[in-house]
Amino acid sequence: MYDPTVARLTYRALLGRRRAAILFVLPALLIVIAVAVRMFAGADDQVASDVLGGFAIATMVPLIGVIAGTGAIGPEIDDGSIVYLLAKPVSRPTIIFTKLIVAIAVTMVFSAVPTMLAGLILNGNGQQIAVAYTIAALVASIAYSALFLLLGTVSRHAVVLGLVYALVWEALFGSLVPGARTLSVQQWSLALAEKTGGNGVITSDVGLPLATVLLAVVTVVATWYAGQKLRTLKLAGEE
Amino acid sequence: MTTIEIDHTSRWFGNVVAVNDVSMTVGPGVTGLLGPNGAGKSTLINMMAGFLAPSTGTVTLDGKPIWRNEAVYREIGIVPEREGMYDFLTGREFVVANAELHGLGAAEAAAALATVEMEYAQDRKISTYSKGMRQRVKMASALVHNPSVLLLDEPFNGMDPRQRMQLMDLLRRMGAEGRTVLFSSHILEEVEQLASHIEVIVAGRHAASGDFRRIRRLMTDRPHRYLVRSSDDRALAAALIADPSTAGIEVDLSENALRIQAIDFGRFTTLLPKVAREQGIRLLTVSPSDESLESVFSYLVAA
Repeated sequence: MYDPTVARLTYRALLGRRRAAILFVLPALLIVIAVAVRMFAGADDQVASDVLGGFAIATMVPLIGVIAGTGAIGPEIDDGSIVYLLAKPVSRPTIIFTKLIVAIAVTMVFSAVPTMLAGLILNGNGQQIAVAYTIAALVASIAYSALFLLLGTVSRHAVVLGLVYALVWEALFGSLVPGARTLSVQQWSLALAEKTGGNGVITSDVGLPLATVLLAVVTVVATWYAGQKLRTLKLAGEE
Repeated sequence: MTTIEIDHTSRWFGNVVAVNDVSMTVGPGVTGLLGPNGAGKSTLINMMAGFLAPSTGTVTLDGKPIWRNEAVYREIGIVPEREGMYDFLTGREFVVANAELHGLGAAEAAAALATVEMEYAQDRKISTYSKGMRQRVKMASALVHNPSVLLLDEPFNGMDPRQRMQLMDLLRRMGAEGRTVLFSSHILEEVEQLASHIEVIVAGRHAASGDFRRIRRLMTDRPHRYLVRSSDDRALAAALIADPSTAGIEVDLSENALRIQAIDFGRFTTLLPKVAREQGIRLLTVSPSDESLESVFSYLVAA
């Protein structure tokens, strides 16, 4: 199911592109914010939760998910180099699964690790806030990667669509329309954080059982469907 | 012995028919797929390569369907036309990765790089390669698992004459070893020099099939049209029509020129200057008026 060669090519393609700069910029920004907040406001649980929930989980994790998820396959489909993977006796689901693992790993490293660090800087993990948001980031990394990998497989405009989902749907609609929050990776992952963090600091609109089921279903279905789409992929520029 | 069989295969994209009811068998040796740009050559190759489903009909490799059958890639090596190829890798890394995806390793990759004579630049990044070098590394990646079928889409595009000769030698060798080699091209001379067997595709249809002598004859024996201006058009016309190689002459008053239809291409091209000299007529313009590839090919379709 996992092909180390596909993984190596994917890592190098992901981290070697200019787009990868955002992978470093966003976490750096989070750390800078955390340091600044700590210096000016001191250690405060509510402030720490606001920064991690408002910037790390709501903005940074989905953005990194978009870059890693779509970047794990989209550019290869665009420039046609995916033929070198497809013209091999390797099953398409194996290619997708491997790319998913890479996307998840990259998203986790660039989102969960800085979230943890920022949490420690903000309030030294008081009320388990750093750990709770790190768990949310880890879980969200999996679902976002699967979702955006599927987008990258089916659409040439995956980055735009991914950004629309992450920023418009989750951030904008999520704050205006309560129902939209039920269908939001961010809220599902916060459901896990809610259970870890100290009482009442972190809240989610979705119950833990439902969130867990939805996370699992989205990840599995998106990955399966991406594998199917890759089996019948039409290469660009051939029509 | 590996044979690709295309049986009453069509492929359309929306309303556009790219390949129209084509049947052909591609066997061992070098086969050239000849046709003008946009004739459907790439669509056909993509169906043979398993990247595109036929809309109707079947494309099989020794009886096994190629579409949605990853196992065929143990037999098939593909050299795509597009340039995208992991430019951030070195040539060697790229070929090694291709070998690994076949379950092979560095030894096979080294052998393939030696076959295409790219060892001297194998540790440079692909992004620094010239067109011909990229083509050779693509070739190495396609040869790494020693496939019995090799499919190449416009492999000579953008190559300089020396690189072209090298690749031709290599493909000839592959064909002589009993591999089934199929390459596409829109240039008759290229195909003629290399392929023992030629399949001609025009506007999605299978226009002709045979060895190069047959195709060449079909192409040169057709009526050729010329536009000629001279110091004395009518005297020239009178002298030319006396020869059997000329089928018809029209004096085009608006263009102030002769429109000549020749049947025997070879004979007419030597006749025209000879007649002009004998009659003391100066030739001002001699231009073939239907030498475009499209017209040559559409003549073949009608034939």
